[in-house]
Amino acid sequence: MMILKILFRNAFHNKLRSSLTILGIAVAILAFGLLRTVISSWYAGVEAASTSRLVTRNAISIIFPLPISYNEKIRQIEGVKIVSYGNWFGGIYIDEKNFFANFCVEPRTYFELYPEFVLDPLQKKAFLADRKGFVAGRKLAARYGWKPGDTVTLKGTIYQGNWDFVLRGLYSGRDETVDESQFFFHWDYLNETLKKTAPGRADQVGFYMVGVVRPDVAPDTAIAIDKSFKNSLAETLTETEKAFNQGFIAMSGAIVTAIQMVSFVVIIIIMAVVANTMAMTTRERTGDYAIMKTLGFGGKDITILIFGESLVITLTGCVIGMILTFPAAKAFGSTLDNFFPTFIVSTDTLYYDVLAAILIAFLAAIIPTRHAIRIRIADGLRRIG
Amino acid sequence: MQHIMAEQKNTIVEIRNLYKSYHRESLIVPVLYDITFDIAEGEFLALMGPSGSGKTTLLNLIAGIDKADKGSIHVGDVDITTLSETELAHWRANNVGFIFQFYNLIPVLKAIENVELPLHLTSLPPKERHQHAEMALAMVGLTHRMDHYPSEMSGGEQQRVAIARAIVTDPTILVADEPTGDLDRVSAEEILTMMERLNSEMGKTIIMVTHDPRAAQRAKVLRHLDKGYLNNDDSQNPI
Repeated sequence: MMILKILFRNAFHNKLRSSLTILGIAVAILAFGLLRTVISSWYAGVEAASTSRLVTRNAISIIFPLPISYNEKIRQIEGVKIVSYGNWFGGIYIDEKNFFANFCVEPRTYFELYPEFVLDPLQKKAFLADRKGFVAGRKLAARYGWKPGDTVTLKGTIYQGNWDFVLRGLYSGRDETVDESQFFFHWDYLNETLKKTAPGRADQVGFYMVGVVRPDVAPDTAIAIDKSFKNSLAETLTETEKAFNQGFIAMSGAIVTAIQMVSFVVIIIIMAVVANTMAMTTRERTGDYAIMKTLGFGGKDITILIFGESLVITLTGCVIGMILTFPAAKAFGSTLDNFFPTFIVSTDTLYYDVLAAILIAFLAAIIPTRHAIRIRIADGLRRIG
Repeated sequence: MQHIMAEQKNTIVEIRNLYKSYHRESLIVPVLYDITFDIAEGEFLALMGPSGSGKTTLLNLIAGIDKADKGSIHVGDVDITTLSETELAHWRANNVGFIFQFYNLIPVLKAIENVELPLHLTSLPPKERHQHAEMALAMVGLTHRMDHYPSEMSGGEQQRVAIARAIVTDPTILVADEPTGDLDRVSAEEILTMMERLNSEMGKTIIMVTHDPRAAQRAKVLRHLDKGYLNNDDSQNPI
């Protein structure tokens, strides 16, 4: 009990030094937490992927289309419950900086396949009835102030021209991990326009989304789909939605790796700061430790004192950093919602914060503790005065 | 007369052929040579000598906070030169009370907590520990300062707290290294009077290192060290 009393009082004895160290740790944990959240946001699409959905695309590359005629063939394959399809539209709203994902999809099957996009039944009905209608995520509509009935024009990049759409519905995410910044319109609208303007590009889709009856049949179903189109003009590659999304992430793997490295560098820097503080603290208290050893306290007690002090300082900074992470992430997320539609501090990130703090505390205390234990009492006492 | 009285008492510390040297990189610096003498139970011994004569080293060896190169130190029935570090720590906790020149109180603990500190190594329950510490502080006349931190007390008061801490476990011997070295004359007199009383009224064996003749005057027996050698002819206090 007395050891704990000394430990806590020691930790805050030099108020300025302790406060600055705690502040440093809090900022480091905040930075670490935000960087980890960036990484987890990057993988949000992968994490949110359903195990009972497959994606079928052209085996050569995602940029090559597949014929619409595959729709019926895929539907008949054993294990397939529902099939939808769509294209990446790549339209620009006013200016290129206004980036958001926009797809044309077969709306009936698509929203059935994605129950995480929650749409009011009346709005859904209005959307299905209007071929030029579109549905936007709640956040996207809020960002540009769109209201149902508004006409929105996208400038085509893959499909040339100005494309007018009427907002018919706003979808919400089933939970906070769902991206609410997407734009969906009718595949038929694109296809019928193409039939008039570029007939050679009509009746083609960018991808098929396939719902399977049970997650365990997904691998066999994927093989069966690809087998059906073997040796055709457009061979397919079918993979789970998770693997498909992961493929996209892999394209930006270097950036993710760089962010991960920076997050670890932050931890290493703060470890050096805490180690320096603990070294100064221990050096300052050499006499105190010598006295305690003189009185009969052992190395175990000294170890508890130094490691404990390091842990108290580090965890205090960690808790402050963790508390600050939430408003910072909110501000960060709203500033960069074009790039990170879901920017949520996950429980895993908080565990990493605590783990990092404990690691810092222990590593920073090792050398000072070793020194304090090994120093001869007579030498320790000589430091006083 | 005092010399004769000392011989009549039981020997509490028996030092035989003690050698000690320090190693500074490749250099070996001898500090004590063939020290042999006894300290009787209830004795108030002053170790005097010029700086570098080895008196603090000898005190540290007797108190078990340093290890001799050669020779033996029996305190009671125990040869402390044969004890391991852990055994020595345990032995010190039970047998030695320490008073230092710079008081060496733990700055983050109040006076009462500083005095109570050594009792945490005993099996005494918290309430009794507190009572013992209160009694020790009362003996040095500092009951009214028990809730004060060392930084809130004068040097003399801090040294009295250090004495209370030294006696609270009722140790076999009290060792004091220049206990008045950092005090003004009035405070130094108070501390020496207190030590005298501990020796005469409570029968505590005190071994004090000092280079102050006034402090040495209070001791019953005087030993003189010079360049690591003990003058064995000056056991009576001529001062």
